[in-house]
Formats: sequence, C-alpha cells, structure tokens
Amino acid sequence: MTMPTRFKEPAGTIVEAPPKVKRKALARREVGRSIPRLESHAKVTGTAEYIYHLRLPGMLYGKICRSTVPHGRIVRIDTSAALALEGVQAVITAEDIRTVIFDPYYGPAFHDQPILAIDKVRFVGEPVAVVLAKDVHVAEEAADLVVVEYEPLDPVFDEVAAAKPGAPVIHDILRPAGMFPDLQHLKGKAGSNVALEARVLRGNVEKGFTEAAEIFENVFRSGKVIHATFEPMVSLAELNGSNGLTIHTSSQSPSFVRAEICRLLGWPENRVRVRTAFLGGGFGAKLYIKLEALVAACTLLVRKPVRIGLTMEEQFYTITKHGATVRIKTGVAKDGRIVAREVETWWNGGAYADIGPRVTQKSGFTAAGPYDIENVSLINYAVYTNDPPAGALRGFGISQLVWAYECQNDIIARSLGIDPLEFRRRNVLRDGRPHATGTIMTNAEIDDVLDQLAARMDWDRPFDHGSGTVRRGRGLAIGFKAAISPTTSVAIVNIYGDGSICLSISTVDMGQGSDTAMAQIAAETLGISAETVRVIHPDTDVTPYDMATLGSRSTYHMGNAVRLAAEDASAQLLRIAATALQANKEELEFRDGEIVSLTGIRMTIGDVMRARFGMQAGNVIGMGTFTPPYSKVDLRTGQSTQITPFWMLAGAAAEIEVDTETGRIRVTKLVNVGDVGCAINPGIAKRQLIGAGIMQLGFSLFEEMKFNEGQVINASFADYKIPGMLDIPADLSAGLVEVPHEHGPYGAKGVGETGMFSVSPAISNALYDAVGVRMMEMPITSERVLRAIRESKNRPLEKD
Amino acid sequence: MNEQGRTIRFTLNGRAATANIAVYETVIEVLQREFNLFGGRESCGQGLCGCCTVLVNGTAVSGCLYLAAFVDGAEVVTVEGLADRGMLHPIQEAFVAKTGFQCGYCTPGFILMTEQLLKRHPHPTDDQIRHFLSGNLCRCGAYPDIIEAVKEAASKLEAEGPNH
Repeated sequence: MTMPTRFKEPAGTIVEAPPKVKRKALARREVGRSIPRLESHAKVTGTAEYIYHLRLPGMLYGKICRSTVPHGRIVRIDTSAALALEGVQAVITAEDIRTVIFDPYYGPAFHDQPILAIDKVRFVGEPVAVVLAKDVHVAEEAADLVVVEYEPLDPVFDEVAAAKPGAPVIHDILRPAGMFPDLQHLKGKAGSNVALEARVLRGNVEKGFTEAAEIFENVFRSGKVIHATFEPMVSLAELNGSNGLTIHTSSQSPSFVRAEICRLLGWPENRVRVRTAFLGGGFGAKLYIKLEALVAACTLLVRKPVRIGLTMEEQFYTITKHGATVRIKTGVAKDGRIVAREVETWWNGGAYADIGPRVTQKSGFTAAGPYDIENVSLINYAVYTNDPPAGALRGFGISQLVWAYECQNDIIARSLGIDPLEFRRRNVLRDGRPHATGTIMTNAEIDDVLDQLAARMDWDRPFDHGSGTVRRGRGLAIGFKAAISPTTSVAIVNIYGDGSICLSISTVDMGQGSDTAMAQIAAETLGISAETVRVIHPDTDVTPYDMATLGSRSTYHMGNAVRLAAEDASAQLLRIAATALQANKEELEFRDGEIVSLTGIRMTIGDVMRARFGMQAGNVIGMGTFTPPYSKVDLRTGQSTQITPFWMLAGAAAEIEVDTETGRIRVTKLVNVGDVGCAINPGIAKRQLIGAGIMQLGFSLFEEMKFNEGQVINASFADYKIPGMLDIPADLSAGLVEVPHEHGPYGAKGVGETGMFSVSPAISNALYDAVGVRMMEMPITSERVLRAIRESKNRPLEKD
Repeated sequence: MNEQGRTIRFTLNGRAATANIAVYETVIEVLQREFNLFGGRESCGQGLCGCCTVLVNGTAVSGCLYLAAFVDGAEVVTVEGLADRGMLHPIQEAFVAKTGFQCGYCTPGFILMTEQLLKRHPHPTDDQIRHFLSGNLCRCGAYPDIIEAVKEAASKLEAEGPNH
C-alpha cells in the first residue's frame, strides 16, 4: 500500500508573477487625489467603532495578575482570597488553561509564550492568573488578592551579556512555529539565549579592510520604547453556536489570530471567527497574538463572553520596541568610497520571541545602509532577556540600524572633510546595482530623495551656527527598508443588486487611512467615485485572507489585490453589458460610474445588474489575489535574487538649537522625504511621513523605558513622555518622491514606516554640527547631551 | 443614596438625565455604561492624554478622573452633543476638512478642547493653539493638521456669527 502524497509547496518558488502597471492614456480620477477620509464623520462625532468599547451581553471582565519577579520558578499560586471576594466568578491559572488547550504555547516565530505562565516566569509583568467578574472593579481588586510565591532565578537584561555563554538561560528549549515562509529555517534550540543568528556575507570584508585608507569602528545603542497606542490592547471572546468561537479584537492581524487560535485548539479555521474595527493606533503593538488566546481559553472555561482590556500601564508589560547594540566597522578609500562594512547587532528581544527573529533577519540584512559596498558582513543575533517581550514597532528594527550607520557616516564624512550630503552621493546604492543580499536594487529613487532633501534644507547655503549659550546645527540622514516577503493578500469586490459596491478586505485601518486608499484603488479601476465605495472591516467569516497590516505592506499587496478584484468585477460587468447591449465588450468602457458604449448608450452598474438578474438582485463578485515573487535566502550567506517586492527609501534632515547650559535640544526644522512610488492619496501619504517623524522625534529625544531589576519604573504618561503640541518643530514638512513602481498598484508602494527611519541620526548629526559632541546612545536626552557637552569641555558632571 | 451607590440627575447634551452610580465611578464609566456614549474615552487613565475630555458646566475636565458623583446637578456635554440634528458643528467640519485626525481615538478630546479654546481666543495665534492644546496628546502625530483645523474652525465660527 502506498501512502498518498501530500501536496507540498516547492521551496523558494515564484508563486505568481506580479501584474505590470498598465499605463492608460486616460487621466486618473480617483488615484492621486487627496480625498477626505471615508470615516471622517464617524471620527469627529465620536461614533467610530473601536473594540475597546464593545460590550457583549452577559460578559465578564478579566483582570490579569502579573509576575513581580523578572525570572523565577512558580512555587505556589494561592487563589483562595481572590475567589472569596464577592462577585468573583473564576480565577484562572495555567492549570485551568491546559484543560481546554493541551499545549498552550503560542508565537509567530517560536511557540515559546505560554497563555499564562507555566512553572516559570520570565519578566516582570508576565500574566500568571486571570480573575473574571461581572464588575471590572471587583476583578481588579481580586487580581491583587492572588498570592504567587516564586523561587527567584538569576535574571539577565543586557542583550550582549545574555548572548554570551554562561548567561542565565531563559528558555530551556525552543520550538519553531513553522508558520511563515521567511521563518522556516528557525531551529529548535537548547542552552542558549540566542534564538537566531542571521548572516549576510558579500565579497571579502577582511580583504576590504586591508585595502581601506581608513577604518572607523563604533558601538551605538538604542533604548527600549513603547508604542503606547491610545486605544489599549483589548480582546473579547464569545461562544458561537455549539462548536465555534468568535473573537473581537483590536488586532492588526485577524487572519493570523484565526490560524493561531485554531492551531492551539486543534480546530479547523472555519470554526473561529475573528473580527476587528477601527484601531485606535497599532504601530506594530497589536500584531500576531496578544490577548486573543487568553480570552478564548477563558470563554471556553466559563462558557460566557469574556473581555480583557489593558490599561495604558499594562501595555508597558506587553510589547516593546527592541533595544539594540550595534557594533559597526567601516573601511573607506581616500576618495570617500566605503569599501568594507561589518555590522554586528544584538537585538534585545525580551522574554518571548514574538516577531523578534523577523526583526533580526529582515532588518538585519539592511544594516550596512542604502550604500554600494563591495565587501559586507552583517551578523544579527535575536537575544532573549528578562525584559518584557519586544516585537514590531513601525519599522521592524530599521531605525535602530539607521541610527548606527548614519551617525557613523557623519563621523566618517567629517573626518575625511567631505560634506555629509556629498559623502552619501558618492556611496548610495543606485538602481541596477546589487544590494548586500545580492538582490538588485530597482524602483528605488535614492538620488531623488537626496535632491529633495538638499532643496528643502537649502543645503548649499551658508548656515548660522549661533553664538553664546544657544548653538545651532543641522544634520541629515538616509535610510531604507525592504518590504516583508513573501506574503499574500486577497480582496473581494462585491457588487450589489442596485449597483452599489462593497470592498471586503482584511486590511485593518488603524489610522493610516487604508480604507480610503483601497476605496480609491477600487474606484479608479471601476471608473466610479471612491466616496461611494463601502469598505467592510476585517471579519474572517466575511473578509478574505490577508497576512497582516504591517511593515507598510498593505498599499502594495492589498492594493494590488483590490485592483485585481476590481478588474475581475469590471470584466464581468462589461460582459453582461455587452450581452444586454448586443455590443462587443471592447466597445464599452467605464466612465463616471456608468458603462458607456461607442454609440453613446449608457448603463449604470445598477442597470447592468438588473439586466443580468431581471430585477434589483444578485451579486457580481470580483476576486483578486496577490503574492509577489520571492526567492529563498541562502542561510549561510544571506544571498537571495529577490528578497523583497519593493524597497522603501527615506531621508530626513533637521535644524536644531541646543542650549549649552541645559543640554536641551529644540528641533526648529524637520524635513522628512520618502520615496513612495505614486501616492494613492498624497495627503494621507504626507501625513504618514509627518506622523512617523513626530513619533520618532519622541524616540530620539526623550522616550525611553526605564527599568529597575526588570521592573518598568516609568509605565505611565506621567513619567514616560510622548510628543505633544509643544514638541513639534515650527517648520515641519514632508516630501514625496513619486516615481511609479512598475509592479505597484497604480505605481504605489508602502509609506507607513518610512518617516521613522532617518529622524534620530539627522538630529544627532545636527547636534554634532552645533556643539561638536557625538551621541552614541538613543534617546539623546537633555541630560545625556549636557553630560557630553561638559565632558567635551573637561568639566564632567557628577554621575548619579 | 448610600455609601456604595447613589442616583445623580444632570443635563446631558441638553437633555435631562438620571443615573444610578457607584461613588467611585468616573464620568467616563457612567457615560459609557448608562448612556452608551463612547466619545469620551479612557486611554492613559491619569488625565494626561485628553482622550476623556468632556465639558462640565462649560469647562473641559478629564472624565477619567472626574467622579460621576460630582456631575449631579451639572450640565455635561460630550462630543456627541456637538452636532446639531446630524449637522456637524463648525469645529467638527473643520477637523474633517483639514483631516485633523488619523486613528481618531484622541479626536473628540481635541474637538472639545478646541471649543474651549475658541471661546476664550476666537482668533488664536499658533502659540495660543499649541499651549491650549498641549494637554491633549495624539500618538499618530496629527498635530500639524489639528492646528490647521483649529484655524479653519476659527474662521468658520467667525463667518457664522455669534450663534455658536
């Protein structure tokens, strides 16, 4: 007897060739227009739907009892006092979870994170138990009554120390998740905190250094910061019929949530429904699984709807950006050309991997910067520590790397006496040249970015550096990112009996304006007005698969899927109309929301539907699926012929004032330029650049999570300041470089993260220009700046 | 009324309202639970972000800190009370016209603070706008558009005369 052969996808194949942009003679009507956002009215009246506000009949509120030690064995959990509090319905621990989910570990890269702590805790704030009650205040009070006894273990917090042999081991074993194609190579591991070591090798870096005229070596650090989404993370679960579950969640990745919950439960995907609404911010915090598995397990245990919504404080214990240590060594020739660059990066992933391994390898391979360098060696370590887990934050690690290579480039340029802008012009990676991974750079307008930056800064004009105690400086930086690959988006255009149109997609509008942009793409394709398109929010029972809303991938991936779906629907409508009009399909076209024949006969889309179904009835459904090509990475060398569907190029420049007596930096001008392909909605695209720039301004100057033995000690807006109106530069602008990407939907590519990349080194380079001090660690707080200024004058301040 | 609960009577968006509340409950909790109004919303929970802004007797307060018991007999206005029979208030129109929002979570707070600002300074300077709205935070960084929206609202209100 032979076993049936299971279908297996061949590794590293090209899944589907991307469609080429058709260049129509007709002027575009919908794409390229800065139309007001579709949800404007709902947002200004306070009626926009957020899951945080959802109340289900009969639901229980869950409050989490969290670990108080950074690393320890759980000796005993005593829930009796919590259970005794009037109104408490249940106190749930890992033991209970295991009665409904046998193997309750989750994660997109490794199955390393328990739904509630099992045997051991690995960071302060880790969920250990959940109290359920009808009254949220009762649940909160009872969560404090759960007594947990720990046997402390040695913790490790620093990423470089944690990667060394002999460091306390945080996970005894590691099990790879095996879900995503780009993470298939992760291996089970034991005895080390290094979850992944990713390498890119090109040329011969040692030889390059021997040939260099000068060598520079520096270490740059970035601290931990947090997304601080204003709608805190929240998930609700309820039973759906006799064998299903519905999860309402403020998530950027409903399709992943469904798959992961079903894997945990051993259910087929059609038994779990996951829906989202508008998100009150995402920025990468609400990706993969956060609270969804916990509410699902609670609901299965108590057979009632359960809601767990975090407070702002709790978000600080849930997911952060990676802290990173970057050692960067660069060899340059006499003429200022970079001939060799070696970068070693330790990524502080915290206690659970979350998506850290992807941050490590995907951003890691860009660590040499957007430069044409013959000899490159990049090594990236994803490291476990006893900090809260680190994951994606608007850029997947890019800004930590740009911080290093752009600060160092400034050091090099100044040391060689070359203008910083000119130094970059001599070294940038231009179209047609291979990147360190071997992938050829295409559709990346780096020179245009530099030109626009220079023009907006009047870079060639003399600059007033101030005098007395207030000094002025200016600096610039460029950065880039590869989009995630390979991933899939599916879209459905649904035409109703009256001719009105819905777009069903699982892209999550978390503030970036995807509803509007996707409606514009559908409308452009169908020759209708974007304002008439209704976008159905993600509901896995209704909207088709999408990998996730992350990594600036939606405009390109979902945008292409939407265009294909709209083309499919329009082809069907034209066929029906041709039959009705007894005309050739080719003689018909969409114009102003109607189908018009050569002879001037017009049919509305509603007329077409009535022609097909004999009355206002039926549906015409257009489908679009998009998966860009990808070529698997050689794990030894990091080489790939097609590592990304598109590159995102960015540049920022800043003018600052520094008070030399206080160290305070005031950014007076900030310019952010992004290569966006063609903007679907230029207003929204610019706002993405501006908003990201403001967020990164906070990360650059003052945002930093402070820890004491693993305990976050500034987990509140009272102590962790984010940018407000008074922090915004008076002169703040964004520039779009618009050259159509040949495979983008109407030439577009992603923009959500672009504005983050270059801001920090631009400010730090401006600081050097102003007062001649070089900052090696982010954020560049007033205190750090003042210490550096005083040290440079041989009058150091006392240490704390 | 007892130490755990009491009944409060107040005016909510121009109409008489009654609610049974616990003494420790905040205005936001009561507006959400009893009146299904979610325009005032809790985010930082410490009165530092401005998402929970509501007007009590014409003054903006942080609804996540303001106890519901204190609005007994008061006049409360939320963002839901600004639109008049479906017609947007000029400030709301201005926020639409200038896209003074991204994710929208902080938007009601900004709109209500703008209402306060324009009452005090009908023609605000950039500095006045920045200072007055510095207690409202926006994580998406829509500040430049919000400033434009405030200016637009100021001219709209001036054009419409003293009725608003």
